[in-house]
Amino acid sequence: MHLDHHHDGPAAVSADAHRPDGSHRALRIGLGGPVGSGKTATVAALCRALRDELSLAVVTNDIYTREDAEFLLREAVLPPERITAVETGACPHTAIRDDISANLEAVEDLEDEVGPLDLILVESGGDNLTATFSKGLVDAQIFVIDVAGGDDIPRKGGPGVTTADLLIVNKTDLAPYVGSDLARMAADAKVQRAELPVVFQSLRGEAGVAAVADWVRERLAAWTA
Amino acid sequence: MSRAALLVLADGRFPAGGHAHSGGAEAAVKAGRITGAEGLESFCRGRLHTTGLVSAALAAAAVLGVDPRQLNEAADARTPSPALRAAARKLGRQLMRAARATWPSAELDAVATEFPKGAHQPVVLGLAARAAGLEPLDAAYCAAYESVSGPASATVRLLSLDPFDATGALARLAPELDRVADQAVEAARRAVDEGPDSLPAASAPLLEIAAEAHAAWPVRLFAS
Repeated sequence: MHLDHHHDGPAAVSADAHRPDGSHRALRIGLGGPVGSGKTATVAALCRALRDELSLAVVTNDIYTREDAEFLLREAVLPPERITAVETGACPHTAIRDDISANLEAVEDLEDEVGPLDLILVESGGDNLTATFSKGLVDAQIFVIDVAGGDDIPRKGGPGVTTADLLIVNKTDLAPYVGSDLARMAADAKVQRAELPVVFQSLRGEAGVAAVADWVRERLAAWTA
Repeated sequence: MSRAALLVLADGRFPAGGHAHSGGAEAAVKAGRITGAEGLESFCRGRLHTTGLVSAALAAAAVLGVDPRQLNEAADARTPSPALRAAARKLGRQLMRAARATWPSAELDAVATEFPKGAHQPVVLGLAARAAGLEPLDAAYCAAYESVSGPASATVRLLSLDPFDATGALARLAPELDRVADQAVEAARRAVDEGPDSLPAASAPLLEIAAEAHAAWPVRLFAS
């Protein structure tokens, strides 16, 4: 047992890798990105892909409703006790970056109530290109954009596109219909992100969320190693 | 002690969860009771002399070392709305996390262990001020100011109110805020001898009733 952690001690204050009882906590992965880019659909697909091999839970940050949480419940991607909605007071990026206390509580309560957990996905409310997660809340973050939002988004950069541990360019099946140039998006992303990975994804395609699920498995293997 | 610690604690960016709460302003805006800067000022004045005074007295009493368990019960007794009690405990839990990270202290750890789901926010605010080496009057100022600054910033977002007008309203309340902070400390000193029953119990029934209705809205921007 970790010397600083006693079973009856008070809860951790931040991103400490151990829980109060000394056990290793779950890996936390944040998903952010603009409104409508497919964050919730990606979370749902990840839950379906990983739920038989991992113990997982989801925190949603809706801006003014509980719709994202309710979508996940309706789709029955996880039992309801494994999905928690955090209210963000009109500022979704504040709750994932500047004042993470409500989200930290949500992840810790999930571990207490339905744990032990291997993985917690924290989905941000749809926001803008500057929204990133605090390192005090998540261990890795995924930024989700889509081809229909404009193929110039990777070129424009911004903290989400540039620094996220994984960039997903979603809805590639729509590219021909909206005139988005996938090769250009890939080249721009390479310039902005250097060696950081990018996944082009269509959840309607055969591969679906497979590449992202593999990336999550790799992160988890590194976390528990 | 460092008086400057008060600036850290009272900073609107202190990461303790307040940004997600409107202090009743969202319900008041929807009901048409706040439609502009004037309405905001009246709303804040009412809140300052009721919730603000009670919160400030609880916080000052916590700095003076009145038993946190008794203060938490006193806060429960002064908060009829279950939705507001839940919000106050949730904010207390969030503030406790921020305070323990900012001013580590054995006393805060002990109270965090005793109230894993949170004690009332004003009580925790007082304990945080105590851990920061601040005085009862400092904690009273902080609690009283929070009782009006939260609704003001929420109303800027809800009504697209001119932020200069909202800030002006807060500035005009400053002399009253001084008096409320003084009253709160006086009451807290009495509570040291006479117990928490002597703390003020000023109530704003409309805030309590509206909070219950607000908690049931399916679509809202703020948690309370």
